[in-house]
This record gives sequence, C-alpha cells and structure tokens, in this order.
Amino acid sequence: MIEYIPFIAVVAMILIGLYAVVFRRNLIKIVIGISIIESGVNLFLIMLGYREGGVAPIFTSLPPGTTYPPEMVLPVPQALTLTSIVIGVAVLALMLSLVMHIYRKYGTLDVRKIRRLKE
Amino acid sequence: MEKRMIAGILVFSLLAVFFFFGIFQLHPFGEPGQVQMDDYIITHTQNETGTNNGVTSVVFDYRGFDTLGEATILFSAVAGVLLIFRRVRH
Amino acid sequence: MSEMTKIVKTTANILFPFTMIFGLYVIVHGHLTPGGGFQGGAIVVSGCALLLVAYGSSWVFDHIKDKRLATFESLGAIGFITIAFLGLVFSAVFFGNFLTGSGTLFGTTPATGSTLSNFNTGGVLPLMNFAVGVKVIAGLFVIVLVMAHASSIKEWG
Repeated sequence: MIEYIPFIAVVAMILIGLYAVVFRRNLIKIVIGISIIESGVNLFLIMLGYREGGVAPIFTSLPPGTTYPPEMVLPVPQALTLTSIVIGVAVLALMLSLVMHIYRKYGTLDVRKIRRLKE
Repeated sequence: MEKRMIAGILVFSLLAVFFFFGIFQLHPFGEPGQVQMDDYIITHTQNETGTNNGVTSVVFDYRGFDTLGEATILFSAVAGVLLIFRRVRH
Repeated sequence: MSEMTKIVKTTANILFPFTMIFGLYVIVHGHLTPGGGFQGGAIVVSGCALLLVAYGSSWVFDHIKDKRLATFESLGAIGFITIAFLGLVFSAVFFGNFLTGSGTLFGTTPATGSTLSNFNTGGVLPLMNFAVGVKVIAGLFVIVLVMAHASSIKEWG
C-alpha cells in the first residue's frame, strides 16, 4: 500500500481537475481544471520513469560511485513530459484567448448562459 | 436535482472507482517495468550523440519527430492566438 | 495592463538582466546541464512578462512589434527543420546527428562516464537548442504580449 501513495496523489489531482471541469460553471475555473488534469498526467509520466534512488540521466559531474544504468531514472518519460508541458502551455494560451473572446461577445462566463447558438 | 448533475455525478464516481482500482495493477513506485530501451539510451548516449545530457539527446536526437510535432503545435498556437486577436493589433 | 509604481519598476529593472542571463545560460548549456531550449526560453519569457507587468502592455507594445516577433518564431522553426534536413543530406537519416564525432564544430565526443562539462560536444544538439530557444522566446512572448494588450484596450472593433 505504501508504495502506491504517489499514484493516489496522481488520482487525486486528476479527480480534482475533473470535478472542476464537470461541476463548475465558470469558464475560467474549467480552464484551471483542465490545467490541473494536465499536471496530474505529467506527474504520472514522471513517476512511471522513476527508479529507486536514481539520479537524473546527466553525466556532467555525476555523483562519484554511481553505477549506471541501474541508478539513473529513465530519460524517455522525462522527454515526453517536456513535450507535454510545452503542448499544455500552447493549449492553455489558446483556451484563454477563446475565453477572453467569449467574454467580450457575451458579457458572461457562465457556460449555461452562453447558448446563443442554440436558440 | 437536474439530469445534468446526476449524469455528472455518475461519470465522476465511475471514473474515480476505475482510477482507484486501476492504480493497484501498476508496477510499484520506483520499480519500472520495461527498461531495455532506456538502459540502451543511458549506456550509449555519450558515444552515439556526444552529449552528456540524456534527456536532451532523447528530445532532439532519438525522438526528434516528437519535437518536430511539438514545434508545429507551438507554431499553430501562436497562429491561433494572433488570428483570434487580429483586430486588436494596430 | 497599466503601468505600476516606481517600486515595481525599479525591482523589475534590477531583476530583468539577471533573468535574461540565466535564461540564455540555460539555453546554451542545454546539452550539458539540466535545461534546454524550451526551459530557457520559458525563463526568458518570464523575464519579459515581468517587464510587461511593471511597465504596462502599451509601453512594451510601442517598443516591440509583434509582427517582428512572429517572424523570429518562424525563423526558429525554419532553422530547426533546416538542421533536420541537413541530417538527411549528410548522414542519410532525417534528424541524423552528422556533426558528432566529426571533430569540427561541436564535434568532440566526451569520455564515457562522469565527465566535466566540455562545451564543444553534442553535434547538432546545441544548434537545435538555439533554434528552439529562439522559437520558444518569440512564440511565448508574442502570445503573452498580444493577450495582455487585448485585455487592456476597450474597443475590439
């Protein structure tokens, strides 16, 4: 049980973000929820690549006595997380721009009042 | 309570149960499962790419296509933001 | 965003050069230490956002043209793809690392194991770090600048 606590933290972060997405009405809060989900996914990717007592996979001034590979964390999940973070920033900027535009158009951020397309 | 709320609670609790039972099927924290590719990269990154930094060698050399797609996404995000605010700029 | 008081401006004046230098250091040492083009570019853009908060978006918008920033963003992307195609030309693989081990620019191969940082290593990776750094600086800064300017003016037309 004790070795699964980090994954429980990931699940808690994803559920908090999902709660904000499903139950909140404010568009800004929905965007914050999506951002929290993304942070949880990044944390999950990093955790999958962690090795017990490992150091970063960088050879510049490595701590003496390190036997690699068994004492280095996996580099591929870290690279994928780097990709994911930059994509997250791009998507966040696009979402916030659309939210700003919606606020100028409708004068509200409530998702239940933005239904001019429906009427 | 309206229908939308009930559907939301249903989906939310279903996903919560799914996640909480799913994580116990994973490898324990600190012991990754398949490490052959990462061991190869750690062992050969200094000979093959001449770089001390394993993460940079993965980002720009072993998985350069990922970075190309990422650069494309950043470019399209900039283009989208400039398109949305096109009337604002003078 | 309007400009803020003299205290904020003075603090921004002091902190801005250090943030810039640290970001550029992270970019150019991307193949030796933790960091790289994306992270260093984000640090530089955070310094520019500090300037934006302190001096107001209209001041920054008068001094830096967003079209020029968009041009720099495209230049970074073109440089990145050009280096990738040079790999196709010289080593027959797209994204091939044709400079490593060649003894020329960035061509030294480091010794295996824990080494001190030798800047002249890495092949095309430092060049790609520069290209991506330029791209990320220009791209993120034009996003922040245009959004701040759009939130400050009244009429959108």
